[in-house]
Amino acid sequence: MKLNNLELEIESGKFGEPRRLALEHQKKVGRFFDAKKFVEVSQVHIMADTEALGFSGINFLESFLKENKNERKVWVPTITDPRGADFNSYKKIKQSKKFLDMEARAINAFKSLGVMMTDTCINYQVFMPPVLGEHLAFGDTGSSIYANSVLGARTNFEGGPSALAASFTGRTPMYGLHLERNRIPNKAFLVKFRPSNLSDWGALGGIIGQEMMSYWDMPIIYGLDIRPSSDELKHFGAAMASFGSTPMFHIDGVTPESHIHQNLNIKLKTITNLDLKKFYEGFLPDDNQLDVIVFSAPQLSLDEMRVLSEMLDGKKVHPDISLIVCTASSVKILCDKNNISEKIEGAGGIILEGVCFYNMHAREIGEANGWRRLMSNSAKIANILGGYGYETILNTMEKCVESACKGKIVT
Amino acid sequence: MISKLFIGHVGIGNAVQGEALVANDNFSARYDLDRKKGVFSRKTHKLFNESYVDKVLVLNVAKGGVASAWMFKSMVDSKIAPKALLLNFANPIIAQGAAHANLPLIDRFDVDITTVIKSGYMLNLLPEFGKVEIL
Repeated sequence: MKLNNLELEIESGKFGEPRRLALEHQKKVGRFFDAKKFVEVSQVHIMADTEALGFSGINFLESFLKENKNERKVWVPTITDPRGADFNSYKKIKQSKKFLDMEARAINAFKSLGVMMTDTCINYQVFMPPVLGEHLAFGDTGSSIYANSVLGARTNFEGGPSALAASFTGRTPMYGLHLERNRIPNKAFLVKFRPSNLSDWGALGGIIGQEMMSYWDMPIIYGLDIRPSSDELKHFGAAMASFGSTPMFHIDGVTPESHIHQNLNIKLKTITNLDLKKFYEGFLPDDNQLDVIVFSAPQLSLDEMRVLSEMLDGKKVHPDISLIVCTASSVKILCDKNNISEKIEGAGGIILEGVCFYNMHAREIGEANGWRRLMSNSAKIANILGGYGYETILNTMEKCVESACKGKIVT
Repeated sequence: MISKLFIGHVGIGNAVQGEALVANDNFSARYDLDRKKGVFSRKTHKLFNESYVDKVLVLNVAKGGVASAWMFKSMVDSKIAPKALLLNFANPIIAQGAAHANLPLIDRFDVDITTVIKSGYMLNLLPEFGKVEIL
């Protein structure tokens, strides 16, 4: 990789050991992907929940504490993805205190680096939404795919160590989605139905994600005769990235770079209502036993919280069922202010803030509570939790609420 | 004696030898593994219940989320880790995690790597040169 003067100085150690190590890590990744140079990034989003970090990751973060303050301070605005524990509500879900101790160590280390603890995967909805052409280092597949696709910004999936490296150096190797040539669609889909709720959008994202053969496949979608909302595109993208490791999509007439890619010579694959039905059927259990309902992945926006609160208003969650809702702390404040939290909690729901269910030691929580059957309107979480010992059911928010109140799966 | 050589893209990590564990399936540390027991825990994965510890994992493509980037280091430090990864296509997360953990990784071969290597083969990996030899 060709280094400019500043990068050579970072490499020499002039700006301290954290930045030197960060650049060394970035050069390894850049070499792997044939990056010719670095590109400056304007903001960084770090995924570093303690389940992913483990003690090894926490020790790594704490290793920077011995460096002097100037040398360990991040160079660009840096914010965090959801954490692994909610300090206010961990007892409600029987989460072991040992995970809180891990979180406290990680939070202390991040703060000492100048990282802002935003603890959200919907940063693009609540903080500093990126703009067209802006180069970023985003560390959540959901935030990355949204930033690339809906906002026209440029980021690869930046896992924790690389996002942290970008925050130390203010740059990232220029490969993948930072380059125009990797944003050109090579798979095309014609959608022959209209998604009618968030879980349908997630399911559609999942169906397309399953068709992607690698990170380097790029879909363009035709036939959607509606203008999706931010929340719909959020579920669509998060599921696509989850099922396919896909960093970007184009929707004809909707996303900002779709108009560039006209007259593509790509065979269209049609997606019908039948495909949607089959996708849902992939998550249908043999009986209607249910343990827990989870609204999460991505964290809920203010409007999703409002809609959920209205569905739950005046109802009661069945005593055998737990209903969990995860949102950003900044959204929770507004929910408290607008009587949204009151309605959800009044019905027996548990609101967790600054976390996402699968980031918070989901296997251990499941074991502690005896949860096996989990129902959600998030295709992403239905996909992820299969590896954590859960049987997952995907359905609409409405059916999830109905099931929660009846104490069994209603489809 | 070297019986077969496969060439991929220049990889990450040091030269290593180990026994292959192969499936034509995809890979994510978060989605697929019980990292305490060292086994594949996703029921629908073709390697369900198989131990990946000290194996050279040979799989198709990276999938899913960003967590693998931290998890590889944690797995390596706890010694409940694969010895190396061979994929048809890695994504940035897998590459970043391998770089952070110094876990040997090679991808982008001239063949579908999951079809030419069988579980149980002994392999010699030279990531610096993107080479894999069946021993």
